[in-house]
Amino acid sequence: MALDRWIALILLGVCLTYGYTAWFTMDDGLAPFMRRNPIWPSTFPKVLSILGVVASTIILLGLEKGEAKAGEIDYRKLGDYNIGQALLLLGLMVAYALCLRPVGFITSTAGFLILGSVILGERKWHLMVPVALCATLLVWYLVQEVLGIYMRPLPGFVGG
Amino acid sequence: MLEGLLIGLETAFSLQNLLMVIGGCLIGTFIGMLPGLGPMSIIAIMIPVAISMGDPSAALILLAGVYYGAIFGGSTSSILLNAPGVAGTVASSFDGYPMAKQGKAGKALTIAAIASFAGGSIGALLLMVFAPALSSVALLFHSAEYFALMVVGLSAIAAFAGTGQVAKALMMTVLGLIMATVGEGALFNLPRFTMGIMDLQSGFGFITLAMAMFALPEALFLVLKPSNIQGGEGGKITDLRISRAEAKSIAPVIGRQSIQGFFIGVLPGAGATIASFLGYAVERNIAPKAEQEEFGKGSIKGLAAPETANNAACTGSFVPLLTLGIPGSGTTAILLGALIALNVTPGPRLMIDEPQVFWAVIMSMFIGNLVLLILNLPLIPYIAKVLSVPRNYLIPFILFFTLMGAYIGQNNATELLLLVGFGVCATALRFADYPLAPLLIGFILGGMLEDNFSRSMQLFDGIAFIWERPMTLALLTIAAILVVLPSYRARRARLRRAGTADGD
Repeated sequence: MALDRWIALILLGVCLTYGYTAWFTMDDGLAPFMRRNPIWPSTFPKVLSILGVVASTIILLGLEKGEAKAGEIDYRKLGDYNIGQALLLLGLMVAYALCLRPVGFITSTAGFLILGSVILGERKWHLMVPVALCATLLVWYLVQEVLGIYMRPLPGFVGG
Repeated sequence: MLEGLLIGLETAFSLQNLLMVIGGCLIGTFIGMLPGLGPMSIIAIMIPVAISMGDPSAALILLAGVYYGAIFGGSTSSILLNAPGVAGTVASSFDGYPMAKQGKAGKALTIAAIASFAGGSIGALLLMVFAPALSSVALLFHSAEYFALMVVGLSAIAAFAGTGQVAKALMMTVLGLIMATVGEGALFNLPRFTMGIMDLQSGFGFITLAMAMFALPEALFLVLKPSNIQGGEGGKITDLRISRAEAKSIAPVIGRQSIQGFFIGVLPGAGATIASFLGYAVERNIAPKAEQEEFGKGSIKGLAAPETANNAACTGSFVPLLTLGIPGSGTTAILLGALIALNVTPGPRLMIDEPQVFWAVIMSMFIGNLVLLILNLPLIPYIAKVLSVPRNYLIPFILFFTLMGAYIGQNNATELLLLVGFGVCATALRFADYPLAPLLIGFILGGMLEDNFSRSMQLFDGIAFIWERPMTLALLTIAAILVVLPSYRARRARLRRAGTADGD
């Protein structure tokens, strides 16, 4: 089964779960006076769940014949691409999300930019480090001073 | 009207207001270029500056300048990086980015600048002429028609974004609508589908989703397949000029889309996003067969249409704000807040009580569009320098701006994890050739669609509004035809092909 039909199967599962919630469990807690309303919080989701189930079934069963066209990247040969770099960068983004608050904006951003370049194969440290630091400080200044959004610059124990 | 025009000219051409227009456009362009910071956030940031000036005309002129500057800047990042910072410029990346990839970035930016200028100027002209009359047209629309109109917009998007795969596009639209129902709706004050997670109480962030659908998969594709990026010499923008034949072919598109975009902009809730998608879809549908194939692969018409329409719609969205005092979009709602803070109440009496504000804003729109054209066309080669940054530096920066955009909007680190998660899902969807734009549009329109649907249900005590209001019925019929027609035509073409093959 091709990837698009696998995805349709997953989406069908999502729509069925969504539909189950909308049709059977959501209205339980509805206040009596709201039950007289022609529209309930679950009305619109009910309609959507039907549409979603129909659309995903059409894709899953291949009812609509489309011309097969080669995508930009052939997912069957993912190994031929730089999949390692992509996964490492995704990991780095997750690490950044987790570090932003505790480690501080300047430390984590500079680290993110430098490590990101390193993952992509950059080794010119004399260029990479100043660029990352300047960009980080500039963005921090803009966000903190101009936009007035507070961001802790350094880790808490350094006084940031 | 002539008297009003003269007052407007006098006010708009004062040195202070000229500086406001230029400053507003420049700030808007530069910040609008950064993916993630849309016109709404920029205007919200500029409000304290505008209010502290104390002069309502100057304040509104500055904020309006920021608004169309941001839309223009957003299209620049759509074209060069395929990272639209503004929902209204998503459609510009469909053809703008393929053009940039073919080394025609200069031409794409010129077309965008000219189309924006024409759309904005023609829109301002229409605003001047139609503002009083148009307010009554918008008043005729009830929530039932708004609901139907949005359904038409969504089905048009689904029907045309799918390139023969209507079911996939429809699935993505429905998924977007489903995602929009997560969180607390304004109508019911009940958390829905939050699974007890506090962070989902306010729903998914629009910017997070936009970043995850467009910027992140694009950056990942750049990593996976390095040939996608142009590299050092490709970033040089040399060919800024467009030929006479090209100008001739986009002129009717610009004319049509200025008018269509303007009128869509007038309708509250529709705005620049629908205008640009609908403009793209309409132009694609009425183009000759040979040119239709070009759409999505770097067609100049496909770029000119959404660019013209979104700028015309921005101008159009001022109509309900200035004549009725009703904001039609998030951005004009913020402008309304700023005006009230300055002791000006927009509404039908604005033209009588404060003619200088009304007319000066319209005049400043012409000046602003001219400023954008004059300042941005020569600046294009410098703006496009973004492309000549080596890949090893560019990708971490794109990822960083993606993260920052999602973070600044919500100030919440969970949003970043959601961004990465959605980004991975979006990349998988792109692998399987699912169109992503319908998902985002469905998400943006979801809330408004449900509100209008609920309101009509309450007014008519059921779904009677569908057949009791002829305009609603007509619009919904159009929507159904839009969804069914492409599959029907494809099926007939296939049967005919199969038939001839059998005959042979």
